[in-house]
Amino acid sequence: MELFLQQVFNGIMFGSTYAIVALGLTLVMGILNIPNFAHGHLYMLGGYVTFFFINNIGLGYWPALLLSVIVLGLVGMAMERIVYRPLKDAPHINAFIAAIGALLFLESLALVVWGPQGLRINNPYPQIYNVMGITIGLQRLLVIIGTAILILMLHLFLKKTLMGTTIEAVAQNREGAMLNGINVNRVSGITFFISSATAAVAASFLSPIFMLSPAMGAILGMKAFIIVILGGMGSIPGAILGGYILGLIEALGGGYISAEYKDVFAFGALIIILSIKPTGIFGKKEG
Amino acid sequence: MLSIQNLTKHFSGLVAVQDLSFDVTQGQILAIIGPNGAGKSTAFNLITGTLPPSAGKVLIDNQDITGMKPYRIVTKGVSRTFQTTSLFDQLRVIDNLMIGYKWRTRLGFWNTLLHTPKWKAYNTEALTRAMETLKFLGLAEKAEQFIPTLSQEEQKRLAIGIGIVSKPRLLLLDEPTSGLIQEETDRITQLIHRIRDEQGITVIIIEHKMQMIMGLADRIVVLNYGSKIAEGTPDEIKTNQAVIEAYLGGETNA
Amino acid sequence: MFTKPIHTKILYLVILIAAVLLPFYIPDRYMFQIVIMSFLLAIATVSMNLIIGYTGQASLAHGAFFGIGAYGVAIMTKAGISFWLALPLSAVITAFAGLLIGALSLRTRGHYFAIVTLCFGVILWIVAGNWIELTGGHNGIYGIPRPSPITIPLLGEITFNTQTAQFYLALAFLLLTLFVLHRVVYSVLGLTFMAVRNNEALADAVGVNTFATKLLSFVVSTFIAGMAGGIYVSIIGVVGPSDASYMVTFNLLIFLILGGIATLAGAVIGAFAIPFLMEIMQFLGDFRMLIFGLLLVVVIIYFPQGFVGGLRLLNQKIAARRQSKL
Repeated sequence: MELFLQQVFNGIMFGSTYAIVALGLTLVMGILNIPNFAHGHLYMLGGYVTFFFINNIGLGYWPALLLSVIVLGLVGMAMERIVYRPLKDAPHINAFIAAIGALLFLESLALVVWGPQGLRINNPYPQIYNVMGITIGLQRLLVIIGTAILILMLHLFLKKTLMGTTIEAVAQNREGAMLNGINVNRVSGITFFISSATAAVAASFLSPIFMLSPAMGAILGMKAFIIVILGGMGSIPGAILGGYILGLIEALGGGYISAEYKDVFAFGALIIILSIKPTGIFGKKEG
Repeated sequence: MLSIQNLTKHFSGLVAVQDLSFDVTQGQILAIIGPNGAGKSTAFNLITGTLPPSAGKVLIDNQDITGMKPYRIVTKGVSRTFQTTSLFDQLRVIDNLMIGYKWRTRLGFWNTLLHTPKWKAYNTEALTRAMETLKFLGLAEKAEQFIPTLSQEEQKRLAIGIGIVSKPRLLLLDEPTSGLIQEETDRITQLIHRIRDEQGITVIIIEHKMQMIMGLADRIVVLNYGSKIAEGTPDEIKTNQAVIEAYLGGETNA
Repeated sequence: MFTKPIHTKILYLVILIAAVLLPFYIPDRYMFQIVIMSFLLAIATVSMNLIIGYTGQASLAHGAFFGIGAYGVAIMTKAGISFWLALPLSAVITAFAGLLIGALSLRTRGHYFAIVTLCFGVILWIVAGNWIELTGGHNGIYGIPRPSPITIPLLGEITFNTQTAQFYLALAFLLLTLFVLHRVVYSVLGLTFMAVRNNEALADAVGVNTFATKLLSFVVSTFIAGMAGGIYVSIIGVVGPSDASYMVTFNLLIFLILGGIATLAGAVIGAFAIPFLMEIMQFLGDFRMLIFGLLLVVVIIYFPQGFVGGLRLLNQKIAARRQSKL
């Protein structure tokens, strides 16, 4: 029983990360209809930038995190402007190639600046509690709670603020929004800001527990993709739900079935689900 | 030859086609008319298998083809065009027709790879038929051109050509003259006559242009809100009360 | 019906002769190796072109099929089976995997198809890295023998231990692949693939079984990819999970797009030009991938038709200029 609860706890923790990363990605994919395949690498960069602010500049954990969020937000906006906007009328495979170029760039940037070895951010909350036989690290708890708060904040932003509702409007009907005088380019830029900023938060939460490495974003990015496609591009509930479910499946599958093949669950799940419903769980029919 | 029996189509609450029945005899030109949204294109989609019917049957020479997949319906001799001109616009004119003829043979990978005699014979047959069709359409000089160089009318003629190249028995034309001026419309009308007269193909046509239909069709079926409200010769339809009422406030221009 | 202009044919002949004579004037072993690798990558890229470029289905699993072919030959030749039997067997196994995966994935379209194939690819990669008994896990398989010598009447025995022999082996298979694909593409079958890419609904309406067509294209492309992997592994001598990874797929995709999609020449050119470019950029050290990533973004935005596509556009512009001057 304790093993089960432990895995559930871990699953929720990973699920939180997946949820927030997928959420950022679904916003971008829903609005721009562009697969930002480099999203995982933005996440990775976020972790490294936090590391930079802590280790090289000497800031505390939270100020470093905040700065990292801003830096990544700006990087995201730059990416939208430089890489994706010129390709918005081109075939999707071109945007995909551009994303590959971007991720190669980001991965080697991390490699060049910080080197290939794993780095670790000092854990600001190293305390461990033992509750009902489960080991609960405080930082892990922070991941869960912090992510939940972030999701709530995003929800409020999207539903209650002018910019937020504008983003949702563009996501639902881009041409209609343009005809109504909405500056779609600005909306795209801001959405990318939010998308990469939240990824930075997720990375900064997780990095004190797991090491930073230049390749850490690749698989995560692909999983985020899967969650977004399964949950429906642009569907926020789909991304969040999908993220938590995936985290749980992986933790339970990894704990009970096989640790090495843990990653297979995500990819296998997608194949099975798309075989049954070729447009995803919440997805709309294409065309 | 073609028999539509009680064809019905529901779309989650909306009834697009309701209990539609009519027959088409070989060599006829039948027109389906009706105000916008009457369910004409839907009826076509039900016949050609693009949409599965909720109820009813489609029979060709007493053979039940209801709900058959589109690519198989073609093998029964039923061809169609689309409301918006549908062509293979990345390819050349001649290619469009070669593809239209392809199903008449089942030559696949190995025959293509090894250039077997069967393959060579088929190629000649297809090319001959394609050029023959191009001549019939008046597009023979444009055989090796790419689609964007064709005028709108020429593109519509080619789209019809793709429908007839495989020598179908029945051709369904969905608004083949939309967007064309009177002169062009007349030429297409002539073409349709020739399709029936010279190639012996039975034609069902959806159109909005009344003058054209009156001069072209042998029989007319009138739809409104998914149901058949009248059927008969052009003269009968012209004076039919229900039809006139349906069109008041609808379209009656030529 | 599909004849090329005479000056293109002459160009191809010249390139062919230059290629055949290449071993006599290549400067060093290292360059030689790169050229041989480029031939094999070209085979894989050309096969990817069939499903992506000509049939319009963005399959992202191709690297995995290259890997299946590679592992297949590795396992079989290490078990004592002759390369000349292992290679076709391995390619058939790969095609069979392609049949299964294709049948499942081709029920989806567009983005979904791309993701499903990517997932299959990643799963195969993970399995390759973890199924230790079969694939050697992360360490892979090493000590894979070269193709066994073949005896040709009157010419004697040909061994494949020298780079020159390997070069001609790779070149021969590349030419064979190009011949096969040329026949397939420049035919009504090829037109059918392109029809499915261009307007699937219309293709369906004129009697084309679009699912079967896509599946055929998929299976043929995986067969060839597997074959390329099999030859690759016999020349290199080692195989590991990275040879079945998504990075292989991405590399092939880059070769394809930058060389010129939906053109046979483009796939080959890309498979040569990019690795050469990477070699030239070696002096950049760790900055190499950084610059390459940037370059990729710039090229795809400003030269999306790739090299051959750009040439064709140029050709068209010249022809148009000539027409207007008349």
